[in-house]
Amino acid sequence: MNDLAVEFTGVTKQYKHFSLQNVNLELATGSIMGFVGANGAGKSTTIRILMGLIHQDSGAVKVLGHDMPADQAAAKRDIGFVSEDMRLYGPATVAWHMDFIRSIYPQWDKLYAEDLLRRFDIRKEQRVKGLSHGQRVKAALLLALARRPRLLVLDEPTTGLDPVARREVLAELTAVLADENRTILFSSHNTLDVEQISDQITFIDRGRIIDSANKEIFLDGWRRLRLMLPPNTAIPQLPGIVEVGGSSRLPVLTISHFEPAMVAACQQAGASVQAVDPMTLEEIFVVNVQNRREKAIA
Amino acid sequence: MYLQIMEQIKQKVAVGEWAPGEEIPSIRMMSVSLRVSVITVKRAYLELEREGVIFTQHGKGSIIAKDPGLGPRLYDQEFEEHMEQVVRIGTLLGLSEKQMSLRLRETASRLKDAESVDEDLAKENL
Repeated sequence: MNDLAVEFTGVTKQYKHFSLQNVNLELATGSIMGFVGANGAGKSTTIRILMGLIHQDSGAVKVLGHDMPADQAAAKRDIGFVSEDMRLYGPATVAWHMDFIRSIYPQWDKLYAEDLLRRFDIRKEQRVKGLSHGQRVKAALLLALARRPRLLVLDEPTTGLDPVARREVLAELTAVLADENRTILFSSHNTLDVEQISDQITFIDRGRIIDSANKEIFLDGWRRLRLMLPPNTAIPQLPGIVEVGGSSRLPVLTISHFEPAMVAACQQAGASVQAVDPMTLEEIFVVNVQNRREKAIA
Repeated sequence: MYLQIMEQIKQKVAVGEWAPGEEIPSIRMMSVSLRVSVITVKRAYLELEREGVIFTQHGKGSIIAKDPGLGPRLYDQEFEEHMEQVVRIGTLLGLSEKQMSLRLRETASRLKDAESVDEDLAKENL
């Protein structure tokens, strides 16, 4: 249970206008990691390095015990990868793709594939060019899922899906994890999806990992404190204040490393604590990214 | 999110859908059926265990505690939350503690009156 499906150690990749800096990442077997970041933060670059599609300038990448990119052929037997820029053949049918994948991967699970066709509402006689965007995404997922790979790497799997299809896909991903030997890493802008199904959350911004933690611990660390201050009282000094909003008498503090003792500290400083509100991943995401951008400008 | 799961489980126990001593689904099974991550269910189970609602035997899974004592405890907790709300809003309105308790007494007697009117009506209808 404690072995790692994915391990990045000090990985860097330099481009002209973008660089991935000292990325360290650990994903334990049997868990789902949600990979979150703004557009251009480095999610896809990281995933492509993981898949051996581009090579890091320095640092070590181990996937399912294989060194990447040197040992990528062996690793890929057990990895299912779906990304937006992966195209299926337009003139061929879904069934043709299924036969093709099955001829390469002996682990192909025929019954499961048929079952997925039904649940994803796809007709296998249909040609890929006749499919809607959502159906293409689902078809690509089906081709990866039915191989029952030990590691699924999904770049934006729910983007462009309608709510029903999204629900089906999320259900399928959590079902994969009923088997403790399987692991999923997926990137998404959809913080709701990430919040719902991931065990671990990794935040990336401007080519750096800013946080990678167990989801529950991560969400517990962030709180909004709504205070009421008597006139002419300063806002209490607390560690980890990321943002101060509200008004001078009714400030709202956003805190990144909340501890219950902080409530008492506020009261000692003369403030009355009106509420301690948990934050959604969406709120945390926005505060985090904005805060870093402001600092970068200042 | 784990709070929602805890709430759902407590309700199932409170209405008797899950009886004391009954085995509940494993963390992974629960995660699949609710479509949420394993870590979230794990957290919910841990908190429920701390509250004495469920009991986990290592390697054997979890069962509902013999005496989850949820009925009174759930209401007690809700009562506490409402009281906190009352005091918070009262403070915002600038009410003193005395004024607040006076209002509480007024509400209680008003409800009692309404109840006795109801009873009278019921008697008349008989």
